[in-house]
Amino acid sequence: MMGQGRLAAWGIGLAALVALPFVYRDPYHLHILVLILIWSFAYTSWSMMGRFGLVSLGHGGFMGIGAYVTALLWNHLGVSPWIGIPVSMVAAGALALIVGYPCFRFRITGHYFVLVTLALSGIVLQVITATRDYTGGSLGYTPNRTSGNKLLALQFDDKITWYLIALGVWLFGIVVWHWVDRSMSRYALEAISEDEDAAAAAGVDVTAEKLKITLLSALMTALAGAIYCQYQMFITPDTVSGIAVSLQMVFAAIVGGLFVSLGPTFGAVITILLAETLRIGFGTKAVGWDNLVYGVLLVLFIIFLPKGILGSVLDRLKPQRKVPRAHEQEAVQIARPGT
Amino acid sequence: MQAFLDIFDIYLLEAVINGILLGGVLALLALGLNLIFGVIDVTWICYAELVMIGMYAMYFMVQYYGVSYFVAAPLTILLVAILGAALHYLVIAPLLTAPPINQLLATGGVLFVLQSFATVAFGIDFRNLGIRLPVLALGDMNFSYARLLSFLAALVGMVAVYLFMTRTFTGTAIRAISQDRQIMALMGVDTKRIYLITSAIGGGLAGLAACLLVLQYDVHPFVGLSFGPITFLICVLGGLGNFIGGFIAAFVFAEIISLGGLFSDLEWGYVLAFAFFIVMMFIRPAGLLARRR
Repeated sequence: MMGQGRLAAWGIGLAALVALPFVYRDPYHLHILVLILIWSFAYTSWSMMGRFGLVSLGHGGFMGIGAYVTALLWNHLGVSPWIGIPVSMVAAGALALIVGYPCFRFRITGHYFVLVTLALSGIVLQVITATRDYTGGSLGYTPNRTSGNKLLALQFDDKITWYLIALGVWLFGIVVWHWVDRSMSRYALEAISEDEDAAAAAGVDVTAEKLKITLLSALMTALAGAIYCQYQMFITPDTVSGIAVSLQMVFAAIVGGLFVSLGPTFGAVITILLAETLRIGFGTKAVGWDNLVYGVLLVLFIIFLPKGILGSVLDRLKPQRKVPRAHEQEAVQIARPGT
Repeated sequence: MQAFLDIFDIYLLEAVINGILLGGVLALLALGLNLIFGVIDVTWICYAELVMIGMYAMYFMVQYYGVSYFVAAPLTILLVAILGAALHYLVIAPLLTAPPINQLLATGGVLFVLQSFATVAFGIDFRNLGIRLPVLALGDMNFSYARLLSFLAALVGMVAVYLFMTRTFTGTAIRAISQDRQIMALMGVDTKRIYLITSAIGGGLAGLAACLLVLQYDVHPFVGLSFGPITFLICVLGGLGNFIGGFIAAFVFAEIISLGGLFSDLEWGYVLAFAFFIVMMFIRPAGLLARRR
């Protein structure tokens, strides 16, 4: 599947990315890169489900659980993030199963699925706000600085370490993407996203396939939240959970391109650079402008370029190779009204 | 009367009645959203943000330009109705044949636009109308006139929509389209025009809700997030597009929030309502009043 040339290109690209911080040490630019990598990982996690038509607005909830459970375990019980992160991932995974199983079992799809997951991120946000005695509520929360072993506490002061960690996590996300891409589940899920009944009739276990991908997506999103928390050392309900974060994930994934592995990464690069440029260029006068541009772009993209920038460019480059998939195409929907 | 009141915990009764009053406004919001979903088959994720714009319109007209509340209200309703029609014309109409999820996400983009537009244009300060309505004391219970007024106005608005839908030709056409959108075009109904009218009515209901909510709550760019999600949940719980289901669900939700808030913090009322919603989705996935298909 993957040609010799592409493998070589990946190898060279990765080597360049690993070498970058040792050559170029500007802390601000490294900080932006770390943020881009962490959010890319979160957006990739979301797209795992999103590409199969399982649009979730609940991922803000999973990310919030990842961040807050890790931080709370560290501050209140002194549990190292090395244990806290897996625990938080298990918590997010359990929540995904609790909500996902009935959803898929009872065939809650489309608008209904979006709105149920919206309720999920709403619950997580409200619980974090309501338990303000422990979580600091909407004022935010800071994991305690460690005085002992930095490795045990997963707290590093230098940007290079964080850059390499974020790079590793991001690469892990891309590898998982390719792993899903080559598995049988991908074909099953594509069949489901086109016609659930027909897929079930063809012997696909619809509920189990959807649950698997949801669980995977939730676990990875929680990991992204935990890493973000460890890096930033400050989290608020609004930056790691809730509907705004969920929408932000959807937006970046769609702008970059939902159906190609580097699409969400591309989306993260564009959105974070846009936000930073506006912030640097206009200072506090720019409050709100980045979201205004985001929103307009999102609407335009969905109307004119539903496959995202990278997806469309790749399609343009090699039109002969790619067989169009129905759920990426509007034309098929016109041909079959009422579906 | 007093003996009757003594039987119940007075605060419980007060919370129940306040819940009913809150339910009126929620039902109004749900009606607008349901109308649009039932007829056009689109969910406006940005519905609450239209209400927010309406609240700002009220604030500026009443506070800055000194327009009387009762003159400003119809203007606001008109403005938000036009916004609703524009939203349909600019965003939804080009996407009518796209997968439904794209329409939903596009209105999510509009949500960002409206929120940040308000941030840029009006700042993030909390503003209120400065109208303080008196409080009605009944026995030992207190009810604010603002809530009573909202409840009554919401009821009037809903009755007006009901009459429009059942007594006029356009209303009948709207109901017919929600039953079968392919056939109605063949019957000589201009679907595009009906969609625009429906969107305008949906926007108008958001405008009315804005006029009522601005009496009770401060307006800021993110005010939509405080009642937007709950409105969607009400619509889903009642069955998207099901007017009566939405009406009942609004009161169920309002009672949960109000009673939950009585026993603990207001946030826990919301948590309880959200959790109730998820549980209900598993018991009745297609809404409270849905017939099993």
